[in-house]
Amino acid sequence: MRLLKIVPDNTNIGFVRLRGIAFAVTLLLSLASVGLVAARGLNLGVDFVGGLLIEAKFPTAAPLDAVRERIDGLDVGEASLQSFDPTTISIRLPLPRSTDEGANNALVAKVEGALSQSFPGVRYNRVETVSGKVSDELIWKGVLAVFLAIAGIALFGVFRFEWQFGVSTFVSILHDVLMTLGFFALTRLEFDLNIVAAVLTIVGYSINDKIVIDDRIRENLRKYRQMPIGELIDLSVNETLPRTVMTSLTILLALVSLLLFGGHVLRGFTAAMILGVIVGTYSSIYVSSSLLISLGIDKSRFKQVAAASDSRKAARANAERIAPKR
Amino acid sequence: MLDFPRWKILSIFGVLLLGVLLAVPSLMPDHTARALGLGGMPRINLGLDLAGGSHILLEADTADVAKTRVAAMEDSVRDSMHAMQPAIDIGDISTADGALSFFVRDPARVDAAVEKIRTLTAPVGSTGTRDWDVKVVDSTRIVLTPTQGGINQFVDQAMKGATDIVRKRIDALGTKEPTIVRQGSDRILVQVPGLQDPAKLKALIGKTAKLEFKLVDTQADPQKVAAGQAPIGDQILRYQNGAPIAVKRRAIITGTDLAKAAQDYDGQTNEPVVSITFGSKGARAFAEVTQQNVGKPFAIVLDNVVLSAPSINEPILGGAARINGNFTVDSAQQLAISLQSGALPIALKTVEERTVGPGLGADSIHAGVVASAIAVALVVAFMLVTYGRFGVYANLAVILNIFVILAAMALLNATLTLPGIAGFVLTIGTAVDANVLINERIREERRRGRNVVQAVELGYKEASRTIFEANVTHAIAGTIMLLLGSGPVKGFAVVLLLGIVTSVFTAVTFTRMLVALWLKRHRPQAIHI
Repeated sequence: MRLLKIVPDNTNIGFVRLRGIAFAVTLLLSLASVGLVAARGLNLGVDFVGGLLIEAKFPTAAPLDAVRERIDGLDVGEASLQSFDPTTISIRLPLPRSTDEGANNALVAKVEGALSQSFPGVRYNRVETVSGKVSDELIWKGVLAVFLAIAGIALFGVFRFEWQFGVSTFVSILHDVLMTLGFFALTRLEFDLNIVAAVLTIVGYSINDKIVIDDRIRENLRKYRQMPIGELIDLSVNETLPRTVMTSLTILLALVSLLLFGGHVLRGFTAAMILGVIVGTYSSIYVSSSLLISLGIDKSRFKQVAAASDSRKAARANAERIAPKR
Repeated sequence: MLDFPRWKILSIFGVLLLGVLLAVPSLMPDHTARALGLGGMPRINLGLDLAGGSHILLEADTADVAKTRVAAMEDSVRDSMHAMQPAIDIGDISTADGALSFFVRDPARVDAAVEKIRTLTAPVGSTGTRDWDVKVVDSTRIVLTPTQGGINQFVDQAMKGATDIVRKRIDALGTKEPTIVRQGSDRILVQVPGLQDPAKLKALIGKTAKLEFKLVDTQADPQKVAAGQAPIGDQILRYQNGAPIAVKRRAIITGTDLAKAAQDYDGQTNEPVVSITFGSKGARAFAEVTQQNVGKPFAIVLDNVVLSAPSINEPILGGAARINGNFTVDSAQQLAISLQSGALPIALKTVEERTVGPGLGADSIHAGVVASAIAVALVVAFMLVTYGRFGVYANLAVILNIFVILAAMALLNATLTLPGIAGFVLTIGTAVDANVLINERIREERRRGRNVVQAVELGYKEASRTIFEANVTHAIAGTIMLLLGSGPVKGFAVVLLLGIVTSVFTAVTFTRMLVALWLKRHRPQAIHI
């Protein structure tokens, strides 16, 4: 049996040579994302703007227009209706103007009552109400979480590697997050709490990717002390390319099955993850490693470390050789 | 590398076997597990989004607390000034702007009044501050303002009481395994699995249920009552239909004197009513007042709304009464539960609700399982065609990893949510990353001309460092989600974090053992990778 090799042996793509173009493209896409978010805004879910969500399941094909008409007639504010599958409609309503504790309940009861009357056999799968106060807190917590995650991981990069690695990782992660936000602004997919979890996962995943490459760059810095930095980075990215591609593909396989079969509740989450994996892989290859050249790495620091660890390695190798064979 | 002592092999297999065994009860329905005698084994809880149920976040109205405090203080000030020898005459009492202020008619007695009022305040904590700030303005006016510390203390006490009462009310519904926990300084989180009617639940737990019996002031001028002007010592309340009625401020008896409340039927009309019984002290007070006021009406007031105002036909001596109020059987039952559990010491309102019907939960589980199975199949096939034998080892590791995560979740009594299932699918994808790193490294080392054992050894050694670093960063993201995320997101973070820990064991240690055992047995000169 011949085994599959997605990336052929001894692949040598000149990534570093392309970095000017890559930076330009990256910058352009990031700016476009910021512009999209600023201009169109995100379609924030009830988690973040407050309001009501009722998901109704009909015994037969959901009569979307009839339901819209019925709800518009109730004078409950501007409703937004969405259909996930032929029998299910989700209805989103703004919070009632009255802040009275019973107002939410009354509104839910009013809508459910009207629907049950007009469409016998309808069931309510999901009801969510979030007050303005709670939604403000959720926004704040979500932003804080993403910020802390990026900062924490970049800090880890600085301690574990050199500051240049921390900065390059930080920049490419920022890029990944911006692209995800831009994607949500473009598609108008609902941005809710689950998406924040997806963004955090993307951050974690993307950094995972970068660390693998950074780790190889560090290793090669010790191994090939005379090699020009551009060449060395190309070598490291190419060496780790089979792994980068393999891992991205396996995760994409898993995510695509989740997207297709995991049900509508997770659809936004999975879409965000899929985009994040693609964007993260791109930024690992084209952004973060190439950025290291621009930031400049002090190669002399690696010589000292290398000498120390080399002698230790040699000692260990000898120890293994003299150990009795079984 | 090839050297794996027997005890190590046995313990690795032992851990995996334990993992599989502990995961089993969670994989079967509750009743099957119990039928097989596994009911006592740790199980994974299903989150509300999978099991169906309601998640309700209640928030206390802290502004209301300050108001009630000021009102209560007004009563104690009136009483204590009246009780002084001789009584201190006060007037122009105002409770506006969250402070109590009044005027002392005799300027010579202001100091005595202040001294007396200071005894009504209490210290807060050990910082030396008190719960009320007492000031004299314009030399004759005394102003009492509750301090922030005082309000906090009162909210805290009220919240403790409210949490207990909410728990009692939900227990009375007889639902299975509800969760009622206090969150932060002024919130209560209620989670009730499998409930069908969240509106009923909210109506029940959010009802203050402050019951008072008050005498009706029959002498009040109907025109003034209609205009909302209450005679001295009276207050204007409204019926359910909005009609005003003047009643005495002071209650004859309140819900705190209740011994028992139950839903019942009216003997004549067969309407649902709530029958109540007072304790001995309450019964005595009730008997006394009803003896003195035969023929006069009294109002039954619930949360400041008059339910009815029957006339006292004869003295009520037994301490039993009936509350009529156009109830349905359901609403009478709810009121009985609310009264029996006592009044909430603080008004609560729902600030967040998430209810998932059992149907959607079951659909989600089904979709999640299907998606996971397909994801596993795809990844397994992909690994197999890419790495051959080494792919088989990685696949074994991935599948065992799923069991080990389930076992760890069961042991931790963790909750599986829908995003948690997504976490599983993602873990399947990322767990093989460790094996990809190792296998790619082995391929590389083989290309550099190292022999089989050296290549495998270097592959594991060099990749382990990278795997460690990658996992730490993942764990940072996961921990933040666990700390800051709410319900479902937390469930995702739990699976992600456990997956990081267990995948190091299955993807690195376990596969390394499998490779070592194979190499030792066959000593191959070349490997197919």
